[in-house]
Amino acid sequence: MRAFIGVIGLYLVVALALPLGLMLGKSLQGSRDEFVGLANYIRYFSTPALFQSIGNSLWIAILSTAITVPAAFAYAYALTRTRMPLRGLFKTTALVPILVPSLLPGLALVYLFGNQGLIKGLLLGHGIYGPIGIVMAEAFTTFPHALLIILAALALADARLYEAAVALRASPARIFWTVTLPGARYGLISATFVVFTTVITDFGAPKVIGGQYNVLATDVYKQVIGQQNFQMGAVVSVILLIPAILAFVVDRAVRRRQVALLSARAVPYEPTPTRGLDLAMLAYCTVIGMAILSIVAVSQFAALVKFFPYNLTLTWAHYDFDTKGGGGWASYSNSIRLALLTGAVGTVIVFAGAYLVEKARGFALGRALFHFLAMLPMAVPGLVLGLAYIFFFNAPANPLNVLYRTMTILVVNTVVHFYTVGHLTALTALRQMDPEFETVSASLKQPFYRTFWRVTVPVCLPSTLDIAIYMFVNAMTTVSGVVFIYGPTTELASISVLNMDDTGEIASAAAMAMMIFYTNVAARGLHLILARWLEHRTQAWRRR
Amino acid sequence: MAHGTLVRLGAVLVCVAIVVAAIGFASTTVRAAKATLNVYTAVEADDLKKYAARFNEDHPDIEIKWVRDSTGVITAKLLAEKANPQADVIWGLAATSLLVLKPDGMLVPYAPKGLERLDTQFRDKDNPPAWVGMDAWVAALCFNTVEAQKKNLPKPASWKDLIKPVYKGTIVMPNPASSGTGFLDVTSWLQLFGEAEGWKYMDALHQNIGVYTHSGSKPCTMAGAGEYPIGVSFEFRAARQKRQGAPIDIVFPSEGSGWDMEATAIVKGTKNLESARTLLDWSVSDKAMKLYNEGYAVVAISKMSKPIEFLPDNMLQHMIKNDFQWAAVNRAKILTEWEKRYGAKSEPKK
Repeated sequence: MRAFIGVIGLYLVVALALPLGLMLGKSLQGSRDEFVGLANYIRYFSTPALFQSIGNSLWIAILSTAITVPAAFAYAYALTRTRMPLRGLFKTTALVPILVPSLLPGLALVYLFGNQGLIKGLLLGHGIYGPIGIVMAEAFTTFPHALLIILAALALADARLYEAAVALRASPARIFWTVTLPGARYGLISATFVVFTTVITDFGAPKVIGGQYNVLATDVYKQVIGQQNFQMGAVVSVILLIPAILAFVVDRAVRRRQVALLSARAVPYEPTPTRGLDLAMLAYCTVIGMAILSIVAVSQFAALVKFFPYNLTLTWAHYDFDTKGGGGWASYSNSIRLALLTGAVGTVIVFAGAYLVEKARGFALGRALFHFLAMLPMAVPGLVLGLAYIFFFNAPANPLNVLYRTMTILVVNTVVHFYTVGHLTALTALRQMDPEFETVSASLKQPFYRTFWRVTVPVCLPSTLDIAIYMFVNAMTTVSGVVFIYGPTTELASISVLNMDDTGEIASAAAMAMMIFYTNVAARGLHLILARWLEHRTQAWRRR
Repeated sequence: MAHGTLVRLGAVLVCVAIVVAAIGFASTTVRAAKATLNVYTAVEADDLKKYAARFNEDHPDIEIKWVRDSTGVITAKLLAEKANPQADVIWGLAATSLLVLKPDGMLVPYAPKGLERLDTQFRDKDNPPAWVGMDAWVAALCFNTVEAQKKNLPKPASWKDLIKPVYKGTIVMPNPASSGTGFLDVTSWLQLFGEAEGWKYMDALHQNIGVYTHSGSKPCTMAGAGEYPIGVSFEFRAARQKRQGAPIDIVFPSEGSGWDMEATAIVKGTKNLESARTLLDWSVSDKAMKLYNEGYAVVAISKMSKPIEFLPDNMLQHMIKNDFQWAAVNRAKILTEWEKRYGAKSEPKK
């Protein structure tokens, strides 16, 4: 068991802790790599233009979280605890935002609410460039992330609790507050931290639509890309890590009180139709679904018109990527290769890692450390991670430097970059399994891997598939993590979106972004078919 | 049975590892017989094939592998790779970026054949030079005629025009802390108007700015799409926007424009020094100048410059006398001052 933790732990150490440590060490160095103590930090906190971003970032993150998490909870509730029609369709729709590159919401919001926007009247005269635009884009981007975690928390429920509540004549509202909500508590807390840290670290939306509203993530961009000041970039990165460490502490505290809901004697819960609730939820989900789809639809529209907003005749010209540069169609197939590899490798590593953290016995310090490392990537801006990879993997003394600029390093980086959500999804699923399964098999003298393979994996299979698809689509859409480490033969579609947007080929950027979207839709379709087949094969126990 | 499961589990892990390793190495071990140069560039992505093809017409035995990104990303990448450089040659990066790399000893000085034909301002002052210029890009205004008519805006003719109250909230410019183009605008005003007057000018201009962007091309793109009527950008992007159908006029302010140049250099640590020199020789040849001139109005052998569609014939006269060394040395100071004045009070305008 220790050996297993060691192997996967080593992966996180080499692919995350060492590069990051090297990068953050730069915050204590001067421009000639000499040690300068806290001088950079003193300069940071004596420059209002820099430290004011902390307040801006917190404000944006709190606002986005306060909007996204309740919205996602209501949506997840509708999907799992009502008999609302079209639940499958609504789940698919809600996951659309993770299928698109992070630049797309920014582009689309300009088409919708910019000064030439199609429906800018809805903003009542406020400008889209700034906090409003950032929060809208972040709510769009983080919604499915929160939804996935909350869904996992709501997916399993013990019907006996509901039966008992009904027998005790509890009102539906009371059942909601005393059974449903506490049952999802852990998922809600996880979702809150995932949304909060994602927003704080995202630089895509603030860059495209934030105008001059300074946030920490764009400060990293300004320092590193604009001024090549790696030291100050490292200082801002350290400050960005603080929310992650807070998240970790709170997560530990809450987890201590977490009790498994699905005991070995549990009976799966199936909701019954309630006309009023089902209709209200249908209306709610329709509104959210339409908002999400309109972002995608307007991008497709923009990709097909000649010159928005002055010439709206339709054309395919923007799809001629080989003449637009940015890697052309070759970058597109590179992206697919990266996504397949990341999905396969990432799922195995993430799930095995989560299992060891949650179900292993003893070796508590090692497991706690592992869990901390698994939570960290969420809080690390992709730019920082990518830059750290250059310093670490390109060092002449590092025997791993043969990996630099290969597809392998892109896979390693992408798995690490998106480790946290996969880890949390796996943990949430695993935590709902009674430890009695392990106790019983231990008393039957079964080795741990047998329980893992025979019980844990089948029970958690839907979540495992969710992790695989999550890794795949993020590998298709990721930009900031890989922009520094791709090589001449490994250009990616998502990076070409960034570059085409930068050079003003916005319609082509939208077109390529939509290609990524359609690819992810196809992958997602395959995932659904596979999931249904697996559910049929392995999840019969969930039904009565 | 238990053993079997473990073996299966292990086998899956091993397979996965092998696949990853195989794909990783497949992309590194392919070695062509001919020499390969890793060339870092910020040249427009769609021009890269053309650049490589023209070069290969004369030197079919040298293959170019491009790593292309925006100026800031490529510069950061080069600096971060300093300990173990991956690039052989830089072909098409801002001279101001090369001025950052040069003092770190990252460039191999080399005098390419025909160096003497270049205008003196288009080469590094040292002998042999650490870098040589290719072409210039010049600050310009993108002025959206359709939106201007709607809002009744007169066409600005000078930088000073831009601070008139009529333009309040209608101008976009790049943030100099994020974008090299923004920085060249700021340094040009400081050189044109003098330091004190220059900052006073920017104080007034700040009142009229609708939004600052992180990219130097964005202001012109936004002007072209009518998001804001006036974009402070550069001539190459402006001409391209116009070709794509944007309803813009390209304005070169009467006081003169700031400019920067694309340049070429050999990266220290290259294992292909001979091929790198061949590329540098070619990069200042007549054929190369003609190639640059297809996109840029002013090339390093300025008398070879032919006018470009949508741009005036006398571009060279619009360019101010630009002191790159001064700008490079004072960069941190200028940006700190800029951020102090305009960065901190960055609330969006209602």
